[in-house]
Amino acid sequence: MSVDMRTFLAHVELANPVTTAAGCASSGRELAQFFDLHRLGALTTRSITMAPRAGRPTPRMAETPSGMLNAVGLQGPGIDAFLERELPWLAQRGIKTIVSIGGGTVAEYSELARRLADAPGVTALEVNLSCPNMEDRGRVFAREGSAAAEVIASVRSIMRYDVPVVAKLAPDVADIVAVARACVDAGADALSMINNPLGMAIDTEALRPSLAAVTGGLSGPAILPLAVRCVWQVHAALPGVPLIGIGGVMSGRDAFQLVLAGACVVGVGTALFHDPYACLRIERELEDLLRARGFQRLADAVGLAHRPPGSAPRHLLVDTEESTP
Amino acid sequence: MQVTGTVLTTRRVDAYHALTVVAPGIAERYRPGHFVSVAVGGPHTSMVTRRALSIHDVKADYGGTVELVFTMRGPGTAWLAERRARDTLDLVGPLGRPFPLPRDPAHCVLVGSEYGSAVLFPLADALLARGCRVDFVLGGAGAERVFGAMRARRMATTTTLTTEDGSLGLRGKVTDALPSVIADTRADAVYACAPMETLRAVTAVAMEFDIPVQVAVEESMACGIGVCMTCVLPVIGDDGATRMVRACAEGPVFRGERVRFEDVGTIPFDALGAPGGGVRHVG
Repeated sequence: MSVDMRTFLAHVELANPVTTAAGCASSGRELAQFFDLHRLGALTTRSITMAPRAGRPTPRMAETPSGMLNAVGLQGPGIDAFLERELPWLAQRGIKTIVSIGGGTVAEYSELARRLADAPGVTALEVNLSCPNMEDRGRVFAREGSAAAEVIASVRSIMRYDVPVVAKLAPDVADIVAVARACVDAGADALSMINNPLGMAIDTEALRPSLAAVTGGLSGPAILPLAVRCVWQVHAALPGVPLIGIGGVMSGRDAFQLVLAGACVVGVGTALFHDPYACLRIERELEDLLRARGFQRLADAVGLAHRPPGSAPRHLLVDTEESTP
Repeated sequence: MQVTGTVLTTRRVDAYHALTVVAPGIAERYRPGHFVSVAVGGPHTSMVTRRALSIHDVKADYGGTVELVFTMRGPGTAWLAERRARDTLDLVGPLGRPFPLPRDPAHCVLVGSEYGSAVLFPLADALLARGCRVDFVLGGAGAERVFGAMRARRMATTTTLTTEDGSLGLRGKVTDALPSVIADTRADAVYACAPMETLRAVTAVAMEFDIPVQVAVEESMACGIGVCMTCVLPVIGDDGATRMVRACAEGPVFRGERVRFEDVGTIPFDALGAPGGGVRHVG
C-alpha cells in the first residue's frame, strides 16, 4: 500500500511534500545532473534580487558541530538573467518552481513581484524577509511584524491571485507568532520557517572570525529543534495556514517531526550539500515512516502532534471504524 | 554520480595519505583535473560538509579504482586517514572541469607544490599519450612534503625539485626554478596545482614567457557540486567582465591569466554585481 503523499501549498497541489530550501539548489541545473527534478514536490530557487549580486568575500563557509555557517550574501544573476535563462529552463521542463525573492526596500520587493507576475512557471513566490531593510538602518524585515507585513501586502497586491505568496520567517525574533500573524493578516497565503539563525565561529589558529563576513547563517541538524519549535508555535496559533517547515532536515524522521508539528511541505537545504539525492531519500524515508504507522495520507499527519494528550491519532480511529463489520 | 566505494588499500605517501577506492562509475568517467567529494564521519556524522579530494591515479582494476590523496588538516581528514581496507566511502564525482589538453604534441611543464602535485600525474599520463614532452617542477616546505618525486622522475624528461629548507633539490620555491625550466625545455604550456599564492607566481612566470598556463585551484567548498556558492573566486570571463565563479563547477581548472589572484578573498569593485555598482561595467 502506498501512502498518498500529495500536499497543498495554499491551493497549489504538489505531488509530494519535499522541496529544496532557498539558496541550496542554485539554478536547479546542478541537481538535474543527479536526478529528475520532477521527482521533487517543488524546487525553490535561490533568492532572486533586482541587480546581479557578487555576494560576500570568502571564506563564506565554516563547518560547526552538526551544522555549518554560511555568509554567501545572496550571490545571484539578478532578475533579468533569471527571467531570461533560469526560470524558462525550469518552466519548459514543467518543474514546479517556488521563486524566492530578496530586496532591500519594499519598492524592490514590489518591483520583483511585478517582473515575476507575468512570467510563466512561477508555482509560488517565497518572500525572503531576512534581508536588511535599507530604510531601517539595515535591520532585517523579518525582525518585526509591521516591516514584514508591509512587504507581504505589497507583493500580494501585485502577484496574480492564483500564485501563492509565502512569507519566509527568521527565528531570530522575540515572538515568531506575532510576525507570522502579521504576515498572514497582510495576505500571505502560506509561511515558511525557519531561515538560518545568525551564528559565528572564530578560527583559533588565525585568531579571527572564521567567516569574512564575521557572522553567518547557521544551518544543518543543529537547528532542527529550533525549526520544530517555530513550526509548532505558529501552527498552534494559526492552524489553518499552510507551513513549509525548513531547518536541519537530514532524514525522513526529521521531516516527519516537522510534519507532526504542523508543516505540510518540508524544505531540504544543507542535506543537499552532503548528499545530492537527499530530497529523494528523505521523501522515501518519510513515506516509509508514514506507512509503518498506518497512515494512508500525508495530510492526516500534518500537525498531528498537537492533539490533546491521551487521545488516539485520528487516522487510526478512522481506520478501525471502517474495518468494523 | 554518487558511488559507495570500497577502500582497497591505504598508504602513506611522504607526509600525505592516499586511499585507493573501488569506484567504477567514477573511474571510467574521469579526466585529469577532475576531483571527487567524500562524506566524512560515517552515517550519523556531525560533519555536514563534504571534503573535496584530488585524484592521483585511476586504474581499470576491480572495475575501476581511484586513488585519493589528502593531508590531515582537521577532524574530517583525520577520520579519512583512519579508513582501512574494506571500509566503504560515499563518493560523488567526477566533479569539476578537467585540464584542457593541447591538440598537437607540445612541451609541457607541470608545476606542483605540496600535495597539489597529485593531480598532475594522471595529466602527465594523458599528455605523454598524446606525444607531449613532460617536465616536472615539484616543491614543498621540506623533503617529506614534496609529493611524488620518484614517480615524476620515472615519467618525465626532467624533474626539478625544490624545498624551502633545502633538504631536497634546490633551495627555494617552485617558482624560483620555473623560469630556467621553461627556458631549457622550450615549453609551450604550463600546468600547475598548488596553493593560491604559488599559482599566482606560476602564472606571472608563464605570462612573462608568453605561454598559456592552466591552474587548478584549491578552494574550500561545502558541496562540490555547485549549489552551496561558498568556493567562489574572481575570474575574468570571455567578455572581459569579472565574475565570482565557483571553483567546483566552473573550475577547478582555469586559465591562469584569467584568475585575479591578488583579489582572491575579496569582491573586486568591478566584479559583476559588486556592491557599489560594478554591474555598470558590463552591457
